[in-house]
Amino acid sequence: MGSQGGIGQSKEFLDLVKSIGEARSKAEEDRIVLGEIETLKRRLVEPGIPKRKMKEYIIRLVYIEMLGHDASFGYIHAVKMTHDDNLFLKRTGYLAVTLFLNEDHDLIILIVNTIQKDLKSDNFLIVCAALNAVCKLINEETIPAVLPQVVELLGHQKEAVRKKAIMALHRFHQKSPSSVSHLVSNFRKRLCDNDPGVMGATLCPLLDLINRDVSSFKDLVVSFVSILKQVAEHRLPKAYDYHQLPAPFIQIRLLKILALLGSGDKQSSEQMYTVVGDIFRKCDSSSNMGNAVIYQCICCVSSIHPNPKLLESAADQIARFLKSDSHNLKYLGIDALGRLIKLSPEIAEQHQLAVIDCLEDPDDTLKRKTFELLHKMTKSSNVEVIVDRMIDYMISINDNHYKTEIVSRCVELAEQFAPSNQWFIQTMNRVFEHAGDLVNIKVAHNLMRLIAEGFGEDDDTAYTHLRSSAVDSYLRIIGAPKLPSVFLQVICWVLGEYGTADGKYSASYITGKLCDVAEAYSNDETVKAYAVTALIKIYAFEIAAGRKVDILPECQSLIEELSASHSTDLQQRAYELQAVIALDAQAVENIMPSDASSKEIEIDKNLPFLNDHVERAIEKGAQPYIPESERSGFSNASYLNSQDLHDIPPSHGLRFEAYELPKQPSVPLTTPPISIGSSNELIAVPEPAYDRGNQAAVSVPSSSNSGPAEVKLRLDGVQKKWGRPTYSSSSPSPSAAPSQDTVNGLTVSNGATSVTPAISKGRETTYEPTRKSQVVEISPEKQKLAASLFGGSSKQERKSSLGGGHKTAAKPSGGHGAETSVKKMAVPAQQPPPPDLLDLGETTVATSGPLIDPFKQLEGLLDMVEPTSSTNNHGDVNATKVPDVMASFGDTATAVEHGGNHFSSIEDVDNLMSGLSSATTDVSSDGGIATPQSTAQISKGPNLKDALQKDALVRQMGVNPSSQNPNLFKDLLG
Amino acid sequence: MIKAVMVMNTQGKPRLTKFYEFLVRKRQTQFSLFFFLPCLIRAENVSNFMEADSIFGPDSRLVYKHYATLYFVFVFDSSENELAMLDLIQVFVETLDKCFRNVCELDIVFNYSKLHTILDEIIFGGQVLETSSAEVMKVVEEISRQESASNSIGLVTKTVSGWRNR
Repeated sequence: MGSQGGIGQSKEFLDLVKSIGEARSKAEEDRIVLGEIETLKRRLVEPGIPKRKMKEYIIRLVYIEMLGHDASFGYIHAVKMTHDDNLFLKRTGYLAVTLFLNEDHDLIILIVNTIQKDLKSDNFLIVCAALNAVCKLINEETIPAVLPQVVELLGHQKEAVRKKAIMALHRFHQKSPSSVSHLVSNFRKRLCDNDPGVMGATLCPLLDLINRDVSSFKDLVVSFVSILKQVAEHRLPKAYDYHQLPAPFIQIRLLKILALLGSGDKQSSEQMYTVVGDIFRKCDSSSNMGNAVIYQCICCVSSIHPNPKLLESAADQIARFLKSDSHNLKYLGIDALGRLIKLSPEIAEQHQLAVIDCLEDPDDTLKRKTFELLHKMTKSSNVEVIVDRMIDYMISINDNHYKTEIVSRCVELAEQFAPSNQWFIQTMNRVFEHAGDLVNIKVAHNLMRLIAEGFGEDDDTAYTHLRSSAVDSYLRIIGAPKLPSVFLQVICWVLGEYGTADGKYSASYITGKLCDVAEAYSNDETVKAYAVTALIKIYAFEIAAGRKVDILPECQSLIEELSASHSTDLQQRAYELQAVIALDAQAVENIMPSDASSKEIEIDKNLPFLNDHVERAIEKGAQPYIPESERSGFSNASYLNSQDLHDIPPSHGLRFEAYELPKQPSVPLTTPPISIGSSNELIAVPEPAYDRGNQAAVSVPSSSNSGPAEVKLRLDGVQKKWGRPTYSSSSPSPSAAPSQDTVNGLTVSNGATSVTPAISKGRETTYEPTRKSQVVEISPEKQKLAASLFGGSSKQERKSSLGGGHKTAAKPSGGHGAETSVKKMAVPAQQPPPPDLLDLGETTVATSGPLIDPFKQLEGLLDMVEPTSSTNNHGDVNATKVPDVMASFGDTATAVEHGGNHFSSIEDVDNLMSGLSSATTDVSSDGGIATPQSTAQISKGPNLKDALQKDALVRQMGVNPSSQNPNLFKDLLG
Repeated sequence: MIKAVMVMNTQGKPRLTKFYEFLVRKRQTQFSLFFFLPCLIRAENVSNFMEADSIFGPDSRLVYKHYATLYFVFVFDSSENELAMLDLIQVFVETLDKCFRNVCELDIVFNYSKLHTILDEIIFGGQVLETSSAEVMKVVEEISRQESASNSIGLVTKTVSGWRNR
């Protein structure tokens, strides 16, 4: 081991490192480390440890800590070591504390004093070590303790110290901007330091400062530009070169600063154009670092006031990145393209093929970056393809974190650009099916609302069509195993609401399906609750329509099972279901109006319809209702909210006198009330419990609200669900679902018919806040939805573009067969990617001027395909007629036939394809241009031939963007 | 800024970890696991960049480079240039190579504090300080010279330790 240059490492340490290195499992490693921890604990408390020995112990502690174990028992020794005078030990101590402690650790206070002393040391190495510790350990509170010393060090004679002092101040600025706000002038002064290293370091804090407040640094633009110019012209000493490149990190920082300063400022930007252009020209593009600088230039160009010439060179560089073999450069190219695309959308057109290549690349990072780019480029014309791709990718990955991200993007795009309702529902179905657990519950509620309210069309048939297609699709999916809970909730709700609406499916069919769901997901209470509510609705609609309701045996058993459920929510729903079935058509019609889920329900908090009832009760001698606020002993209303209501009696104080007899037990209590209020031990003794229950009914509204309901419906412990706290927070419960209103309606009517006056008033108080909160909860969501779907001027634009965009989007499928066939004939590229992804317009035809020669060679071939245009027209016509992908699929056959006419009599698509590929081979061998390539090969790399082929394709097809993407194609052909 | 620097071998054993933003220890280990697995899965001919926001919070990415039996990993946020970071790894490794003459894993295992010294000269408080390996070497040599001097003095007696400050 000649390499172990370290001093004073004992055999013990070497053995430890070795045995850990040889450990075959994590468990074995842990065992060794735990043994080591024990040894060290023992050793560290021994008195009189020699310092060098102690240093080794501390290194061993660091090692343990690095392996992920806790070495906090030794921290104090590391802190002590920083106090040592010996440079070697002091540095070890500082190293250990910076690795061990975070800025909020208690031991820091013991180090601050040492740091203060060391910052004043004569030895610049000690000062540097202290500055290093300052960066890591000093927090907002301790900054003032060391700030004066650090500021003083800005004038230190050693440039290394000045540099580090500036960095330390930068760190202070990051932790607490206010602490160094008065030092901005120092930074400006250091920018003129005669050591370029210090100047470079000063750029770090300046970058942060400028980021925060651009306007006050505009005067520095000239200085920055001149510095950058000097750096780029090799004016700095050779020591600052990195592989012949002048100070690349300084250049990068300067470019970042210029990007900030020039953003939206034409005048400042104009000063930068020359120097940025120079760097573009001069920078060595063969090295990594050179490309890093060029990339930074592109970022700068895309940020400052646009200059056509610079944009052009930026676009050239992007093209070079994208064509490169290196995935790193491609990655940067995609990123840069995403930046530039805001300024000149047309730039994407040249690179669409490269982008598609990146999308199909096996490299995940690159793929994700490309999806980011596509996300930025999505329009209503290409949303279908992009979202489709995203979902495909989402299905293929396991990384939940990224899955969640991409799902939210899909949902966002789908909601924003959806070309048709059907498409939206199908897309959401796919998303829910594959990643339902990762979707925000709000998305599900939005979907339900959309289905209920439509997309804003006035057309009633569109509504019905939308709903019945949703019902169709859900009935197809519902049998699939292991659907995510959220998705099942949506399915149940839609089936309940619209399952029987169009008369296509019988009630017994739908209810059967719902019962299956409730059974198959028997441990998911939310789904069961949704299923039962859906059952209620279906039966209610049946009764209201005057049809005879026959309850399926499995439904009957489900109701029985649920009415004995542990979940009070499920119980209540089961009883409600039974109650609804027993009612007559008139009553049901009132409770469950058909298709009223999206109707606003006006809430009259005074419940005037109960007035008669109340008066009658008071005449009979009931106590009048006292509002909550006027009641004594209940000043703290929050008690009522809390679950532990049994805490309330103590606030009354103990009552020693006997309870008065109940004046008018208006309702004979058949069961002892199992309310939260009486859920303490008292319940064991029936008599007091009864009294208390009554007492509560009169004076404690929240416990009384359940009492009466219990009597009629035996909804034991209902307040748990209906009480305010749980109610508003539990989103999976029906509270947030659109169906809520009807459910409430049901309960209210129950209360209205059966409840005594005092009690009904009790209900009133607790009930209305619940309702209110609910209304508040829904409205912003609704507004958002309305904004994204119906409202706004931007929406108008989208809608209008939808018609046109739609055509393009649908075209690939319509004219697919024909176009592809033609292409295949002309050029031996089998799988050219879908140009419509990039919304390639006619302009593409004119691209790639320099490549014109090869095209001439191709022209001989093109003659063969003279009929191309007509074929395309067929496709066009078909596509425009049919705006829906699925529907247009049917037309594909026609289109293919049209295309096929030019080709003997191949009718079947598959035949056509194979025929074409053979034709392809012929053609290419004739033309002597290229050989046919396999699918996989084509997407790879910047092969010149490929590029030519693709470009040739684009040239021919230009007018008529179409999708020939292999996957899409596969989908279309089934 | 740079958030963390890690060196680990191909078996997933950490050889150096330095965090410029403090993370709880559990996370550190989790990070090791997280990083090690995808490295094995990732094919040869792919980019050196990865997203790391599931570990380091939003807006963090990492760059890694593979040398013989070691992976060098830098974690940073969007304010840094990915490609430049990749070359910073190169600077670090070049410096190590100069320092140890054909650096190998053993050097890194046994010269823990020297490794940190070098790293501290290149990255300071999460910012790039120096990119010239020659300059870094100068400082590191100066440090080891003074350290060994102080060390030998410290061995003699306590009373002469005052010399050091001259």
